[in-house]
Amino acid sequence: MELTRELLQPLDKSGTEAEAVGKPRTTYWQDVRRNFRQNKLAMFGLVVIIVLLAMAITGPYLSGHTYDEQNYQMANKPPSSEYWFGTDALGRDLFTRVWYGARISLAVGVLTACMVFLIGVLYGGISGYFGGKVDEVMMRVVEILSSIPFLLWVILLMVVMEPGLKTIFIALGAVYWLNMARLVRGQVLSLKEQEYVLAARVLGASPFRILIRHIIPNTMGPIIVAMTLMIPEAIFTEAWLSFLGLGVSAPMASWGSLASDGVGAISAYPWQLFFPAIFICLTMLAFNFVGDGLRDALDPRARR
Amino acid sequence: MGHFIIRRLVSSILALLLIITFTFILVHMVPGGPFASEKQLPDSVMRNLEEKFHLNDPLWLQYVKYLGQVVKGDLGPSYKYENRTVNEFIRHGFPVSATLGALAVAIALVVGITLGIIAALRQNRWQDYLAMVIATIGFSAPSFIVASLLMFLFAYKIKIFPTAMWGTPAHAVLPSLALATLPTAFISRLIRANMIEVLQQDYIKTARSKGLSERVIIYKHALKNAILPVVTYLGPLIASIFTGSFVIEKIFAIPGIGRDFVIAITNRDYGLILGLTIFYAVFLMAMNLIVDLSYSLIDPRIKLTRGEG
Repeated sequence: MELTRELLQPLDKSGTEAEAVGKPRTTYWQDVRRNFRQNKLAMFGLVVIIVLLAMAITGPYLSGHTYDEQNYQMANKPPSSEYWFGTDALGRDLFTRVWYGARISLAVGVLTACMVFLIGVLYGGISGYFGGKVDEVMMRVVEILSSIPFLLWVILLMVVMEPGLKTIFIALGAVYWLNMARLVRGQVLSLKEQEYVLAARVLGASPFRILIRHIIPNTMGPIIVAMTLMIPEAIFTEAWLSFLGLGVSAPMASWGSLASDGVGAISAYPWQLFFPAIFICLTMLAFNFVGDGLRDALDPRARR
Repeated sequence: MGHFIIRRLVSSILALLLIITFTFILVHMVPGGPFASEKQLPDSVMRNLEEKFHLNDPLWLQYVKYLGQVVKGDLGPSYKYENRTVNEFIRHGFPVSATLGALAVAIALVVGITLGIIAALRQNRWQDYLAMVIATIGFSAPSFIVASLLMFLFAYKIKIFPTAMWGTPAHAVLPSLALATLPTAFISRLIRANMIEVLQQDYIKTARSKGLSERVIIYKHALKNAILPVVTYLGPLIASIFTGSFVIEKIFAIPGIGRDFVIAITNRDYGLILGLTIFYAVFLMAMNLIVDLSYSLIDPRIKLTRGEG
């Protein structure tokens, strides 16, 4: 048979791609994002958080009343077109106060989580990375501190220091970092023997650089989950402190202090408890859903 | 095992010393001193007070004296209530608080485990969703809100329980329910997750293929393993009961040490705060130690060894 040019046509390539094994490559974080998006509860939580944040920013300006404006003629009024969430015992607009309180409560949650992150990552990272005697001593300190009932610490710090937001951050940060330090240490211990760390060390990177640039970024998953779950816990604790009379002081307000004011008036003016309570619960739920969703999304084993 | 106990004991004692020292320093750092709010008192009375509480001694001497007292079991005087010692407050209040706490633990365990089993056995059916909705609500509402809602519903609206105070069994119903909410929610979630996992294991399949009845499988085989993590949760459970008790005792006006503590905070009664803190710390740390040690007795697979604490 004679070979002619017509017989040597290039193959039609359009069909071959379908035979390729596998799917388009996704990075780990793309994968995480997709898994997170599929989790309805987590997405619901995320939407709630975004709405709450938006309201915390704009809410105090919407009703035309300020958070500390008192009007004794209008004290203890139920929700109406003038006062959307009613008024408190001093005639202050609860709508404005609830959203002003949202700022304080959310700030307590987020800033505490950030503070815990900083202390925990540094402490746990150093302890895990250097290991040996350093680790032994540092972890013994954590062990001793964590056998102290931590809410007693918070109470004592709050009693002794000047009341106010700064004290709340310090007190909460001072007790919550212990678990974060443990978590980070465990992660670092398991990562530091990996080849890429060895490679970085061979190239002469300093321990600090290896820790910050190579190890910590790879431990971010569990850390982010822990931080997300830390936020509602801090808000919860702040509410509890407010109820004991150790929270922010008037005329400032947090959801906790508003709710604890409402507790005393529950039989006569139930809305004074109802509104702050609803938002505390909603926030707790939203952050917990997001935290659980993130944990499932970040953990390849949990995928179905 | 012996090594573990000793190490735990040593670190507990160190922690205790740390608490006593820090609380002492903190309380004495307070600007103006513990009697600052009583400015209207005549100088002679002030002098007597300071004499009585050794406030004129150098700080280290006060500390040594205080430490000596604490070791002997004397937690010192109240700074606000004349002639009342911290020990007296504890003697009156602790039985009340302990009763309330024990009731709450019992409710949390019974209700939590039941809800968890139901949810696991009816996974993704309405029973499961209902149980988990209850658990989620319990998980997300601070105890003072739960307490006031219970009080509003069952004492003001439907008058079946007294609103406050302590004495008859009816007085204990609402506070112990409110106190049990959060731990109940936690335990039911824990049991559900573990039950679902345990029920998928091979030994359950073996039990099924042997033809055992579903009841025997669930209660005798599965629950035994699913309940273990609840034991690890007992330490935090007791801690959450005690923090809850501050709030609950305040709301329901129950004469326990939780309420004393809250009143001491409001009064800035540093003697009482210091004494009760140490009492709480000892109590909770002892509880945690007992729980830790009991793991190995309950689950022989857990070995308490050196290394991870």
